Amino acid sequence: MSTPATPLLQVRDIRKTYGARIGCTDVNFDLYPGEVIGIVGESGSGKSTLLNCLAGHLAPDAGEILFNTRADGLKDTLKMSEPERRMLGRTDWAFVHQNARDGLRMGVSAGGNVGERLMAVGARHYGNIREQAIDWLDRVEIAEDRVDDRPGAFSGGMQQRLQIARNLVTGPRLVFMDEPTGGLDVSVQARLLDLLRGLVREMGLSAIIVTHDLAVVRLLADRLMVMKSGHVVEAGLTDQVLDDPQHGYTQLLVSSVLQV
Amino acid sequence: MTEERPGVETDAYNFAYLDEQTKRMIRRAILKGVAIPGYQVPFASREMPMPYGWGTGGVQVTAACLTPEDRLKVIDQGADDTTNAVSIRKFFERTAGVETTEHTTEATVIQTRHRIPETPMTEDQILVYQVPIPEPLRFLEPRETETRKMHGLEEYGLMHVKLYEDIARHGEIATAYAYPVKVEGRYVMDPSPIPKFDNPRLESPALQLFGAGREQRIYAVPPYSKVVSLDFEDHPFDPSKADHPCALCGAENTYLDEVIMDDAGGRMFVCSDTDYCATRQAEGHRGAQSAPFTEAAE
Repeated sequence: MSTPATPLLQVRDIRKTYGARIGCTDVNFDLYPGEVIGIVGESGSGKSTLLNCLAGHLAPDAGEILFNTRADGLKDTLKMSEPERRMLGRTDWAFVHQNARDGLRMGVSAGGNVGERLMAVGARHYGNIREQAIDWLDRVEIAEDRVDDRPGAFSGGMQQRLQIARNLVTGPRLVFMDEPTGGLDVSVQARLLDLLRGLVREMGLSAIIVTHDLAVVRLLADRLMVMKSGHVVEAGLTDQVLDDPQHGYTQLLVSSVLQV
Repeated sequence: MTEERPGVETDAYNFAYLDEQTKRMIRRAILKGVAIPGYQVPFASREMPMPYGWGTGGVQVTAACLTPEDRLKVIDQGADDTTNAVSIRKFFERTAGVETTEHTTEATVIQTRHRIPETPMTEDQILVYQVPIPEPLRFLEPRETETRKMHGLEEYGLMHVKLYEDIARHGEIATAYAYPVKVEGRYVMDPSPIPKFDNPRLESPALQLFGAGREQRIYAVPPYSKVVSLDFEDHPFDPSKADHPCALCGAENTYLDEVIMDDAGGRMFVCSDTDYCATRQAEGHRGAQSAPFTEAAE
């Protein structure tokens, strides 16, 4: 990759506190188009708080989040009006929850789940919506004859893949993922990671992945940020950070991984 | 409103049951509803001397609209003689002393549950609907905070998810009543559980008011407002009805009730609007199963 023009997302001095406690503080990074950034850290280190701030689910106390919008270029999402931000949330952004049930409508069929975002941006032709839904189910390896089944009838791995299809159907440019492989067994995890890696490369997505699983970031992420107690303690290329950790906590984290 | 009126116990009840301050509060909600067609205006619904689900919202709206000169008609599923209609009519006869009628053309205020009268409405009439659940998005998004935001930001994609589900499961839009509509190109509204056959007639010269007592909401469709039933380009809205003529008056274009006649599959279809059907029969129209004209005249 030669010098990319502008970053897709610029994060400047994000701080979020819960009363006297720090959620996350002094977070700065740039995310370039097509780049995947991983955020790792122990439970309570502020990685989910950070992700929710970035995705607009939480309002940070200070800082700037500049997103390179299609129409107006770089824009501070925190200063956007709510309709604008929600529109981004339906079109250019996607959010994959750890628990698929949080991101799916359990009372609505798989096809309806995938079609919802299309209908939300104005698709009004049933045949086309359904065709696209089936196409996307196929891309996440869900058989076409399951299109009218409700997510409750799906296994955990299928639900997670359905959630991904539902999020990617409008062709977003930035995907937020909160522990996308959490709660899945290893073989299903591997398949999901394979799928995610394929989709990210194929669609040229930028992604921010929060996880505590170092194997996931090793596979998916180009760059890595390590968080501890609300601070980013180390950042760099994924392989560099994992193979040659500088900060004491990162060293602990890397050495804590169980070897088979 | 304290003048003596024959047959009305003015000491016992204020005109039309509710006190004047309450009626004023409801009228303010109605005015706001008329100003913003389809928008659900919260109001402080009162306990009424009838159970929720019997039309407490409609009754409060009617009470706030009634003047002593009004003539009231109450219908339930199109009929004037069902329990709900009779009890509400009696209620206003007793507490307001207004004239009542069963004829659509003579009424100035019509309170209705689940139907729009077949006889075309006029500019001089007010149609009051009883609404059980005013929120069209409720069954898809249970959070009221979220549905209000969706109305505010005009995010109505979810409504089409419901219609999508219908087609996916039944091959067509199977929603037959409470069919969602968009009013004046802005708010998506639940037209109360009227059959979708009635939806085209929501565009009416009469003022239409919707009252939901338990849910404490009032909304309105002002006269001649544009009301569009939601649909898909390849599955257009179809105001369907049973494919029969009325067995009593022979009408071809009215909404019909199916009446089971015996336990051997016998059935008949009759107009659900009893006043319309009776008027047609009095004019000499006859259906397949109506009594012969000569006998009735004797």
